[in-house]
Amino acid sequence: MSLDYTNDSEFHAKLIEEVLEAYPEKTRKRRQKHLSTAKDVDAPAEDEQNGGLTECSVKSNIKSIPGVMTIRGCAYAGSKGVVWGPVKDMVHISHGPVGCGQYSWSQRRNYYIGDTGVDTFVTMQFTSDFQERDIVFGGDKKLDKVIDEINELFPLAKGVSIQSECPIGLIGDDIEAVAKKKNKETGKTIVPVRCEGFRGVSQSLGHHIANDAIRDWVFDKKEVAFEAGAYDVNVIGDYNIGGDAWASRILLEEMGLRVVGNWSGDATLAEIERAPKAKLNLIHCYRSMNYICRHMEEKYGMPWIEYNFFGPSQIADSLRRIAAFFDDRIKENAEKVIEKYQPLVDKIVAKYRPRLQGKTVMLYVGGLRPRHVITAYEDLGMEIAGTGYEFGHNDDYQRTGHYVKDGTLIYDDVTGYELEKFIERIRPDLVGSGIKEKYPVQKMGIPFRQMHSWDYSGPYHGYDGFAIFARDMDLAINNPVWGLFKPLWNDAA
Amino acid sequence: MPQSADKVLDHAPLFREPEYRDMLARKKAQFENMPPREDVVQVADWTKSWEYREKNFAREALTVNPAKACQPLGAVFVAAGFEKTMSFVHGSQGCVAYYRSHLSRHFKEPCSAVSSSMTEDAAVFGGLNNMIDGLANTYALYQPKMIAVSTTCMAEVIGDDLQSFIANSKAKGSVPEDFDVPYAHTPAFVGSHTTGYDNMLKGILEHFWKNRQREPNSRINIIPGFDGFAVGNNRELKRILGMMGVDATILSDVADQFDTPSDGEFRMYAGGTSIEQAKDALNSAATLSMQEYCTVKTLEYAAELGQQTAAFHYPMGVRGTDEFLLKVSQLTGRPVPKEIEMERGRLIDAMADSQAWLHGKTYAIYGDPDFVYGMARFILETGGEPRHCLATNGNKAWEEQMEALFASSPYGAGCKAWGGKDLWHMRSLLATEPVDLLIGNSYGKYLERDIGTPLIRLMFPIFDRHHHHRFPIWGYQGALRVLITLLDKIFDKLDEETIEPGVTDYSYDLTR
Repeated sequence: MSLDYTNDSEFHAKLIEEVLEAYPEKTRKRRQKHLSTAKDVDAPAEDEQNGGLTECSVKSNIKSIPGVMTIRGCAYAGSKGVVWGPVKDMVHISHGPVGCGQYSWSQRRNYYIGDTGVDTFVTMQFTSDFQERDIVFGGDKKLDKVIDEINELFPLAKGVSIQSECPIGLIGDDIEAVAKKKNKETGKTIVPVRCEGFRGVSQSLGHHIANDAIRDWVFDKKEVAFEAGAYDVNVIGDYNIGGDAWASRILLEEMGLRVVGNWSGDATLAEIERAPKAKLNLIHCYRSMNYICRHMEEKYGMPWIEYNFFGPSQIADSLRRIAAFFDDRIKENAEKVIEKYQPLVDKIVAKYRPRLQGKTVMLYVGGLRPRHVITAYEDLGMEIAGTGYEFGHNDDYQRTGHYVKDGTLIYDDVTGYELEKFIERIRPDLVGSGIKEKYPVQKMGIPFRQMHSWDYSGPYHGYDGFAIFARDMDLAINNPVWGLFKPLWNDAA
Repeated sequence: MPQSADKVLDHAPLFREPEYRDMLARKKAQFENMPPREDVVQVADWTKSWEYREKNFAREALTVNPAKACQPLGAVFVAAGFEKTMSFVHGSQGCVAYYRSHLSRHFKEPCSAVSSSMTEDAAVFGGLNNMIDGLANTYALYQPKMIAVSTTCMAEVIGDDLQSFIANSKAKGSVPEDFDVPYAHTPAFVGSHTTGYDNMLKGILEHFWKNRQREPNSRINIIPGFDGFAVGNNRELKRILGMMGVDATILSDVADQFDTPSDGEFRMYAGGTSIEQAKDALNSAATLSMQEYCTVKTLEYAAELGQQTAAFHYPMGVRGTDEFLLKVSQLTGRPVPKEIEMERGRLIDAMADSQAWLHGKTYAIYGDPDFVYGMARFILETGGEPRHCLATNGNKAWEEQMEALFASSPYGAGCKAWGGKDLWHMRSLLATEPVDLLIGNSYGKYLERDIGTPLIRLMFPIFDRHHHHRFPIWGYQGALRVLITLLDKIFDKLDEETIEPGVTDYSYDLTR
């Protein structure tokens, strides 16, 4: 369901010039490389890297500028918050002072099934709560004891990950040595992760470091008893936000695949350990987990494929591309699944598209959704006016060209100032971004949906999720509150 | 197919549909390698035993589910209470994203703050250049009247010196020489968010007060402290002071900053203590703190300069409010007006009307030390027993104050204060010595789930209920609101327990 529209590239280029005027010169020079408009290339998409609708490359994955109000987080957020935190039967220690673990406690909505505090631990905050003496004398002894106490009080925990906060790398602690020692003593998996918040430029390096920790501290460390099958796949980079991975799994199972591991939403350690035994890796969040897919490809010869389960157009396309790796039975099943859900899709579109047709959207999210959700909006007749990544890399902006239309405003690591000005001038019908952006945008009278947490709704993946996505965009845009901003006595003016 | 366009099911009902239940059961049986059910049940029961409690309380290194945050959160909060002030947190940038998110999730409001975005090179060479560039950018983009600088633990560990960095930045022209850039070192590995509040407030006052001659007047300063209910509470405080005709300066008033209207305009800054007021506050006769543990150093500083000082513990309820008003009256010579006495009388009237439902109820309370004290004191006034009082950021001195409070009332007999403990300790307390009601913040919902103790949310942060913070819990009017909140929970629970037709509904009384 390709939607035909373009954006006003001249107007958008002018906006970029306008916002840059506010900066001191040195900062202006740096920021202008991160802002652009998508340019028509109209070459057929050959693969993930080449071709596509537009070219929208900007500078990316470089340091944020001090004092500009970047929206980005840190490497710890990328490792503990994204990759490791959802692994449900392990305890993840926020190693260092209390804050990092406190602010990220239960905020990412990684749904899971389990008895929290007994056999699963995702929505808990474990911390070594560093005090001054730990900074001065080092925290390794404390860490050793923390792990002992975890083993005593939470005997069903399958292992422990050590999520380093800033001080760990600065005071020269040797968490790897502690991990080795405790592994020897307890026999359990102990994973040290060097995701100190000052490393790298955003959450992104934290993803990479977390991926490497799986490679170095989990894979091939023990015998994995598992009978592999011909249709085994891993879902990689689905964090089960609001149940996304479940709404995806149901489709993959319906087409006859066996999801033997889900990384890392609702995952157990066993699902991670056995991953290399599967036939194919299906990667949803390319940005946060491509590293481990490449590793599995190199070391175990496992192929991987990117897919997109946002909105019916992308879902159908993805199901077919996934099926193409398997035999005719799976291919036929994929068609059956698409056919089965088509009446639901038709009804959803019939119900919501008339209410959303032609509405414009600006997005600013993390490393995947700024492109991945675009077609879902277009399936509902909505148009994307601007999009950008908090922590995308060059390859993400290349992939974005497959999705966005000519003239779309592109902003990388946008600053609070820029985003506010862009939104104020474009005045889209909807903004999709994070909690820090939500309230300023709504005060301007512009509807908003959080696109990290699904604004406490979800799932948005899969056909079941698309219905919820459509409902939520409608309720955000068409709620009567937006018409009540001005009092009656000001209407005449 | 569980989903339909007519009635869209989101996560709460969707995953209860048979297709999903079956799928999740299969996942568990085939792929998860989770422990056998009987082991889980056995361990779950054990975690609620006295034996487990003893092991749990023997912890020396591990903290689980603490009820405290780190210093810079308090610094960002207190700075937000000054006119057009931008918080500039020197260190790693992820921290600032966390503070902003945390405060926004509670207040359902924008929260602006910037970071100096230090990375590996700054860890090696120090963050001076980040400060120089950062202050210039913040000044140009966000046009604040003041930039309040605090630190993340990264900057503290490498030992960046704010005073010289700011002086250097001014010399480089980042901001004008006379532009106000107060600062405070706020290491996350010392104290908690209440300490950060204290340090940043003292930093701001020192910036305005040092090397100035004090010319005493009759005004008083009042410091609210870190308070999730600040929007409602500060406004109530001002209303009461207005009724008394007291000339007072609220030092850090976030009420408007965290409660801006929706009228089409995003206000990055709103209200707050003006720079002029902050400067002039040096001359006030006295400085009162509503929360002792948010202002230890600040009050010391005010006293050193010759001001009278007094600290309260989140004055709530009858005697807490009485004491506060009496102090204000004594300091200013302004009598407590009749209207306020009428409000007081109405509160007492309500307490008397409902006393039968509150008398003898047992409670667990956790949160910041002053809140726990004020809350426990009010519970004692209702004939309730605050059995388990816990503050992760409470110290020995606080425990002693709590013990003295318990000793002051016959209802305090079986009560104990737990400083430095966390919510996993609280879980053991609730499991082994159950109480009727739990008072805390949103994190308490996990205790409610595990133990079944009904949760009342009166402490920061409250993420899963909306707008309570817009109403006061201070003053007699605030106490009335707290009273109603307690009663509603008690009545709702009683109705739930007696609602089964033909089984328990004989007690499902129409009038209670």
